Amino acid sequence: MVAGLINANPIVYEKKERRGRSVPSTADGDEYSVEPIDQLEVFDHIRDIKDPEHPYSLEELKVVTEDAVEVDDKHSHVRVTFTPTVEHCSMATVIGLCIRVKLLRSLPSRYKVDIIVAPGTHATEAAVNKQLNDKERVAAALENPNLVEMVDQCLAPSYD
Amino acid sequence: MDLLEKKMELKEIQKLEGHTDRVWSLAWNPTTGVAGIPAMLASCSGDKTVRIWQQNTSLPSNPWECKAVLDETHTRTVRSCAWSPSGKLLATGSFDATTAIWEHVGDDFECVATLEGHENEVKSVSWNSSGSLLATCSRDKSVWIWEVLPGNEFECVSVLQGHTQDVKMVQWHPFMDVLFSCSYDNTIKVWAGDDDSDDWECLQTLNESNNGHSSTVWALSFNSTGDKMVTCSDDLTLKVWGNDSATKQTNGDEFSPWRHLCTLSGFHDRTIFSVHWSREGVIASGAADDAIRLFVENNDDLVEGPSYKLLLKKEKAHDMDVNSVQWSFKENRLLASASDDGTIKIWELASLP
Repeated sequence: MVAGLINANPIVYEKKERRGRSVPSTADGDEYSVEPIDQLEVFDHIRDIKDPEHPYSLEELKVVTEDAVEVDDKHSHVRVTFTPTVEHCSMATVIGLCIRVKLLRSLPSRYKVDIIVAPGTHATEAAVNKQLNDKERVAAALENPNLVEMVDQCLAPSYD
Repeated sequence: MDLLEKKMELKEIQKLEGHTDRVWSLAWNPTTGVAGIPAMLASCSGDKTVRIWQQNTSLPSNPWECKAVLDETHTRTVRSCAWSPSGKLLATGSFDATTAIWEHVGDDFECVATLEGHENEVKSVSWNSSGSLLATCSRDKSVWIWEVLPGNEFECVSVLQGHTQDVKMVQWHPFMDVLFSCSYDNTIKVWAGDDDSDDWECLQTLNESNNGHSSTVWALSFNSTGDKMVTCSDDLTLKVWGNDSATKQTNGDEFSPWRHLCTLSGFHDRTIFSVHWSREGVIASGAADDAIRLFVENNDDLVEGPSYKLLLKKEKAHDMDVNSVQWSFKENRLLASASDDGTIKIWELASLP
């Protein structure tokens, strides 16, 4: 990355305060009932992913927000819309891949996940979306040691 | 036979477990399942192995058993597998950029050749009807044609460039030496050899401007008479194409182009990865919504040209995406499916009492 960053001076936003998960109502007395997966839970999985270029999280760069996560637990469907920091961000596919891998590792396997670039925020939006949602391309990418290393770095927990 | 008159069901016969990652593709051995030869099936997976499954005919229920695991040859996902028409050779294409040829010797499978040349992931392999040619395709956008020489030698006779993105699948016509390829570039290309120059050329491209697909084309399959082809896509449709030359007794010199006959839309809501036409005319599709659907030609209304009806939809056929559906050659109503859930299922299309 000595050759120059794609976005050298990104705007860094404050992290949202972490809300505790609402305690499920026990009015019906069934504490063993399955708790559905919600927007906040999915957001919690991806908010701390680090940007491939910066020491900031996707939340701090507003690449992902809670509102950009749509969850339909009944139909086991999740859709994440992310916003690259700059329109020509060549890291967009890596960021998308990180989100996909994190959700692959975190959500039950019944979930179908779609990951898309926010409309109008990237020069090659359609191409990025197509690649991120082609599971064969994703599977092949995840057998590429260099890419896997990059993804794992972005997903490594930070203890600050 | 009119399937639409009866109530049909897709009955699960057996679930085959053993792969430790998603199963991408399946192939029935074409010379088995008849004359007392137990039926045989190959499967390939993200676990880098190929498994050979065979029916145990000495037990009353004829259960399927894993006969062999072909490993330690491919170093990455095995994406595709195909038996030669003789049933003696199995070709496997891998993300490791190679194609391996396995020979069935006695009870064993031996890797007898490794074909190198593609720059990156090999996505599909296909033998022509006589077994003299093998086609492979890759993310490197090219399609290679290999000639099968004596002594398990394979010589690349042509490298076909034309697709602008990765090529997802190659498939030979069931009896003519015409090759079809479909791609991430949303098109299907038709290739044939020129008898005079030994060169292969693209005769036709089916794209959006001639009623083709608007997203990745994942797979294609022919009907038994070879005059119709069905394609499936990420655009959530199946398309049926027709051709006259297979039925008109031409000498093969004249190429008659493929025409769009109809589009089956509104049935799928996620990517369709696989489509396969049975000998008796049932189209099966496998999709990312975990379901298997069966379609048959609807003879009620031929004025508008052929149309197809949903015969049945098997919801939750697997726990995850269905990557491959393949009808058996011999038993018309036996279907195998492979999934991201790591399993293969054998199904029987049966009429409800």
